[in-house]
Amino acid sequence: MGVRIAGVGIHPFGRFEGKTTTDMGVYAVREALAEAGNPAFQAAFCGTAYGGVASGHKVLGALALTGMPIVDVEAGCASGGAALQLAAGAIRAGQYDCALVFGVEKMPKGIIRSSFFEPWREEGGLAATPAYFALRAQRLLREAGLDQRHLAEVVVKNRRNGVNNPNAMFRKAVTVEEVLASRLVCSPLHLWMLCSPNEGAAALVLQKGDGGVQLSAARLRSHLPGSVLGEATPLSGIDDTDITPPSALAAHDAYAEAGIAAADVDVVECQDTDAARELLAYQELDLCAPGGQAKFLAEPTVVVNPSGGLLSKGEPLGASALGQVVELVHQVRGEAGARQVDGARVGLAHTVGRGANAACVIVTR
Amino acid sequence: MSTRAIQAGLFEIAADGSITLIGGYSPTSAKYHFPLLDTCPYSGAIDVQRVVLSTVATLWAWTAVTSAPPGYTGPVPYGFGVVELVREKLRVITRLRETDPDRLEYGQSMTLVADELPDEVVTWAFA
Repeated sequence: MGVRIAGVGIHPFGRFEGKTTTDMGVYAVREALAEAGNPAFQAAFCGTAYGGVASGHKVLGALALTGMPIVDVEAGCASGGAALQLAAGAIRAGQYDCALVFGVEKMPKGIIRSSFFEPWREEGGLAATPAYFALRAQRLLREAGLDQRHLAEVVVKNRRNGVNNPNAMFRKAVTVEEVLASRLVCSPLHLWMLCSPNEGAAALVLQKGDGGVQLSAARLRSHLPGSVLGEATPLSGIDDTDITPPSALAAHDAYAEAGIAAADVDVVECQDTDAARELLAYQELDLCAPGGQAKFLAEPTVVVNPSGGLLSKGEPLGASALGQVVELVHQVRGEAGARQVDGARVGLAHTVGRGANAACVIVTR
Repeated sequence: MSTRAIQAGLFEIAADGSITLIGGYSPTSAKYHFPLLDTCPYSGAIDVQRVVLSTVATLWAWTAVTSAPPGYTGPVPYGFGVVELVREKLRVITRLRETDPDRLEYGQSMTLVADELPDEVVTWAFA
């Protein structure tokens, strides 16, 4: 028995002075439930990293829709993917016929502060998230024969796509020169190569059954130990040549669950927290061979981040993964308007971040 | 001196102010780690031995942090990167004395140094 996505909803990603996470969650949940025909759901799973205690309960309380189990899920940038895996698994196991999955977030501005790091690590300057991104970017450039212009080209592509996304935070196209002229944050990463933490919400209604848009896979993985620049951000590591990163673990699981290969995917939404992160994802998701990033970027075999990615939308952690899935549902339904990928029937969503946590979700129609 | 280590257990401070990093080695996994843990982070083995890590390394990845991240009150820009300890083949996250990334090269030789932060706090860096 399959799991179908009966309805989706999204509150735009951006900055919304005076709006609470509850307000945004209510908006997205209402939209998703209405699309699905307001079914009774037997469980709810809410992804959030910064929302605080009982974020999901506050949203459903505001809608007078409580009484069922409400589970708040934190898995960093992959929180929404984790919530989705729990809901889908419960439906497949026969525990529920219908479940609500949503994510809410209202991030502080600037460099993300995370309780993940001990205070001394902040004091010592060893908790600067963009600096870890920069080291990973530098390594990728070296090992894949890329340069800063490739990073800028990722930004140009995603910002161009974001122009057509009414739910994105940044909707202005940019040039390679403008990206390289933006402030240097941590070499080789300039400001426009980094996504902005922000606010938003997204929601999905899952139902037992086949037909329409299927949730073919939702898989969460954590890291294997040893990689010094992995998202687990340890203070030391070893030669990681043979250590499979969490994104690849999640992707392999998701492809296996859906019974497809990377070549079957028509459209991808991937984690472009920074421009290099997207290039890494090409390889981790088997979209290109190791080191094949430049060729893929020049001649893509599949459309990546038609929504504009996080570089255009910004990243509300708990809502981010589900926002990707909402985009893919619109794509496979053929309802993505100016962003529509022709003939899209199989979509892959990918998030990865603190934990480490990586989630891959596959939707098909 | 009234200096204090940024965190207990990470390194030893000698009388002359120089420091050495304290790590762990598990014979079961034949691998080193830093900081010292009870359990080998790669294998879960509990035969971890306390070791003084070598002070000579090569530069493996680097950048400079140009604005102060949350919770940090030291100088900016500051160098930040990964060095690989030559003897242990262990890659270590570290501050770097050099704050201009353009003046650094992959694989160049580096040495452990003590680095001072505000309020006479001492941490480790490579130069």
